[in-house]
Amino acid sequence: MGYEPQADLGTPAAIGAATVTLAIDGRSITVPPGTSVMRAAALAGGSIPRLCATDSLEAFGSCRLCLVEIDGMRGTPASCTTPVAEGMAVHTQTPRLQTLRRGVMELYISDHPLDCLTCSANGDCELQEQAAAVGLRDVRYGFDGASHLGQPVDGSNPYFDFDPSKCIACSRCVRACDEVQGTLALTIQGRGFASKVSAGLASDDFLGSECVSCGACVQACPTATLQEKSVKEIGKPERSVVTTCAYCGVGCTFRAEMRGEQLVRMVPWKDGKANHGHSCVKGRFAWGYAQHQDRVLSPMIRESIDQPWREVSWEEALAHTAAELKRIAARYGRMALGGITSSRCTNEETFLVQKLVRAGFHNNNVDTCARVCHSPTGYGLKTTFGTSAGTQDFDSVEQADVILVIGANPTDGHPVFASRMKRRLRQGAKLIVIDPRRIDLVRSPHNAATHHLPLRPGTNVAVLTAMAHVIVTEGLADQAFIRERCDADEYAHWADFVSETRHSPEFLAPVTGVDPAELRAAARLYATGGNGAIYYGLGVTEHSQGSSTVMAIANLAMATGNIGRPGVGVNPLRGQNNVQGACDMGSFPHELSGYRHVSDAGVRALFEGEWGVAIDPEPGLRIPNMLDAATDGTFKAIYIQGEDILQSDPDTRHVAAGLAAMECVIVHDLFLNETANYAHVFLPGSTFLEKNGTFTNAERRIQLVRKVMEPLNGYEDWQVTQELARAMGLDWNYAHPREIMDEIARLTPTFAGVSHARLEAEGSLQWPVNDAAPHGTPVMHIDGFVRGKGKFVVTEYVPTDERTGPRFPLLLTTGRILSQYNVGAQTRRTANVVWHEEDRLEIHPADAENRGISSGDWVKLASRSGETTLRALVTDRVAPGVVYTTFHHPETQANVVTTDYSDWATNCPEYKVTAVQVAPSNGPSAWQQDYDALSHRARRITREPAE
Amino acid sequence: MSSHTPEKLAYMANQIARNLAEQADPAAAVASHIRTFWNPAMIAALARAGATGLEPAAEQALRSLAPDAG
Repeated sequence: MGYEPQADLGTPAAIGAATVTLAIDGRSITVPPGTSVMRAAALAGGSIPRLCATDSLEAFGSCRLCLVEIDGMRGTPASCTTPVAEGMAVHTQTPRLQTLRRGVMELYISDHPLDCLTCSANGDCELQEQAAAVGLRDVRYGFDGASHLGQPVDGSNPYFDFDPSKCIACSRCVRACDEVQGTLALTIQGRGFASKVSAGLASDDFLGSECVSCGACVQACPTATLQEKSVKEIGKPERSVVTTCAYCGVGCTFRAEMRGEQLVRMVPWKDGKANHGHSCVKGRFAWGYAQHQDRVLSPMIRESIDQPWREVSWEEALAHTAAELKRIAARYGRMALGGITSSRCTNEETFLVQKLVRAGFHNNNVDTCARVCHSPTGYGLKTTFGTSAGTQDFDSVEQADVILVIGANPTDGHPVFASRMKRRLRQGAKLIVIDPRRIDLVRSPHNAATHHLPLRPGTNVAVLTAMAHVIVTEGLADQAFIRERCDADEYAHWADFVSETRHSPEFLAPVTGVDPAELRAAARLYATGGNGAIYYGLGVTEHSQGSSTVMAIANLAMATGNIGRPGVGVNPLRGQNNVQGACDMGSFPHELSGYRHVSDAGVRALFEGEWGVAIDPEPGLRIPNMLDAATDGTFKAIYIQGEDILQSDPDTRHVAAGLAAMECVIVHDLFLNETANYAHVFLPGSTFLEKNGTFTNAERRIQLVRKVMEPLNGYEDWQVTQELARAMGLDWNYAHPREIMDEIARLTPTFAGVSHARLEAEGSLQWPVNDAAPHGTPVMHIDGFVRGKGKFVVTEYVPTDERTGPRFPLLLTTGRILSQYNVGAQTRRTANVVWHEEDRLEIHPADAENRGISSGDWVKLASRSGETTLRALVTDRVAPGVVYTTFHHPETQANVVTTDYSDWATNCPEYKVTAVQVAPSNGPSAWQQDYDALSHRARRITREPAE
Repeated sequence: MSSHTPEKLAYMANQIARNLAEQADPAAAVASHIRTFWNPAMIAALARAGATGLEPAAEQALRSLAPDAG
């Protein structure tokens, strides 16, 4: 389609049925009560001139351009702030209004540079558009007097410029920062003529301020005051394609605005049901990696990992890879092969990788990166509720009264959802945070947690059981809900268990480190404060009791009746864009798509009928099991799509040893990642901008990913997998990912009603989508749990075997930061490094002082697994005895330090608890030095001389 | 660093047993869990190593999964 900005109706929609009828310029329209006259006029097909109004923000009424006349009403009210009334007759264009508007616009233009022809917003400027709309032909005031022209441009932000000379002080940017993002970094400084937009203090520039670079201000700006640098560099977009972000599990949809084959900017799509027109710094701006010089576009092979890579044709690469896989299967047996699907790839691509393993390798040795993040969610919620997924849609938070956040840091990890959460908190919802760190949600402008329980890492189950103790022993459980919806015997057993004195907050305080009174108050608030919604992240799952913690959360929700309606629920915040989808697609070694066990003969028969091969009835190996088997010599080849296990998985030395023991490691990725240092075949991957397919976000929402540009490497990832399968002898002939989705729908009951055509028509669908729920399921378990009766599971607190002691007295926990994503393969190749150029170790002032450490010092971080060095950041965000770091940079290799302890049920690694010691250091560790040398050797590429 | 050693498999089985200790029939619960999630080669490797070092529920589970376990 050609380029058109999204329609802007001026003010937000009012909620409710359309019951108010009015006439606008003689045209009758019926709208919901509370609708503004401006919006009603837009809905009627008209357009009232405006500058300070936009439909993502509440009406402000400052620009005085949107004046109208209304029969029976005195004066000329602003249409943005005037609500509709039954029988109202509105006139939007009269000689009086025309005179008034021209006068107002003339004043605006008198202090605006008249450089439209060379302005980067030429043709995409609301001021220009509205000047034309009001018929302004002349400006009587010259530029001789005081003006705001000629002010310096603030170009400090890597992605957008702030040119105050072009500012009309409409406050849209300030209001966007307040209302949409909730950071409140911007303000109008000064009064009257001296009014100007300011980021933070007068001395701050945008980069140095509290601005989180979400871009809401840029999107709201009606002029070129706040504008993407890319628009200045490339020019105005000429077309747009709606697609889905490939960063976190929120699943924001964007208009990729293009000029030719060049991406000009990503603009959040207002109709996106996950993000409603908002975005974060990653999704909106950090897409430069797609064209980064580090991308490898030619397939490469090598005989052994100590040799340089050799570029080859796709034909040679695929033939060689297939031959190697067949050789290894013949020599070592079919169980020597396996694959890893990617949560960054589409559902269709993931489905094909697991199909290749099951139908081509003839085993179930397939796993996915969810193994190391949310596999306990799948286990825990399937056990208790019957479905391996969260219960709500994101919109649900708008009806929550008490929000409990445990083991998640939404403002960094899921920033767009965090903004919605903060908006609900500003409206009065209460917040409970259970986290060892004082995350930003605990206290930020206009938001503060009612209770923060800074527990000792590794004691989630103890804290949640103590909360259950309070709820049960104080008679706060919802007995009616429990009687109707849950298994009575299991509840009785669980209630007896949690009621034991040994589970009281007071008894457990020495273990958890949490003030018992605060814990009791938090439990009471969650149980009695109205709609209680729990949101959790990897601080729950990445523990030796990750699955138990998920079940303990489910227990709390069931005990308080906080399941089965909007505003409540159990909500895992998924780390990567398609974690939910990768799990749905049968990526686990014990399950086919739709979470059906491979031992189910009926399910296998379904797949066998479709695929024409026998499906192994036994579970395959998980990622850590594959690596173990590799070091044992029984696992020899692996196909890894879009996953960097060397950097992301725990105990790096063990991962390296496992990979080094294999004879054929196939990496299918955008870059020569760390895992590729141990690879024998490199197959170039395509970015989300270069492919078609679907992602499924944390709210089970399936959304289309649309190809914006042709793949630089020549093929979409699903095509590469298909060609590999064909090279191995499989007769695959998909012409488009829609055909793969059709197969998924045929084989997967929860996806039965999903197709690309339906997604095109409806925008998105939340599974289950089937005959019982043809339009999807925003909220689950409304009338009953999927498994029948809700299952209370006793969750005994079992301390981790990772213990502190004299040698390793501190507890390390790991996480992520707003500007970076996962192992940083994408975000490190963007300007986002300006905010986070290295991983740092957060350490409490007392612990730092005891060790003679200051902020910025290099420190050695050592555990029983290994040691690394990085620089310190002294902060009281972490409690005494706890240190924290991120894992975005391969130079740090934080996972050299983490152990191979894991969740008892799923083997999800225990990233969040590692006993460590911290000491001053002069330089990199021996591992870092050795790895640096290896990394350089392993990335050598030999190119044939040109003929 | 560790590999698929019998010690690691025994550790995993014991970890499962400790977390299912409150189930009505812990041994049956452990056996069901292992049967559901472990590859047979892992069960066989544990069985070859025998029950030494296993907690009671894990030991019973192993005997039900691999009656010939040492």
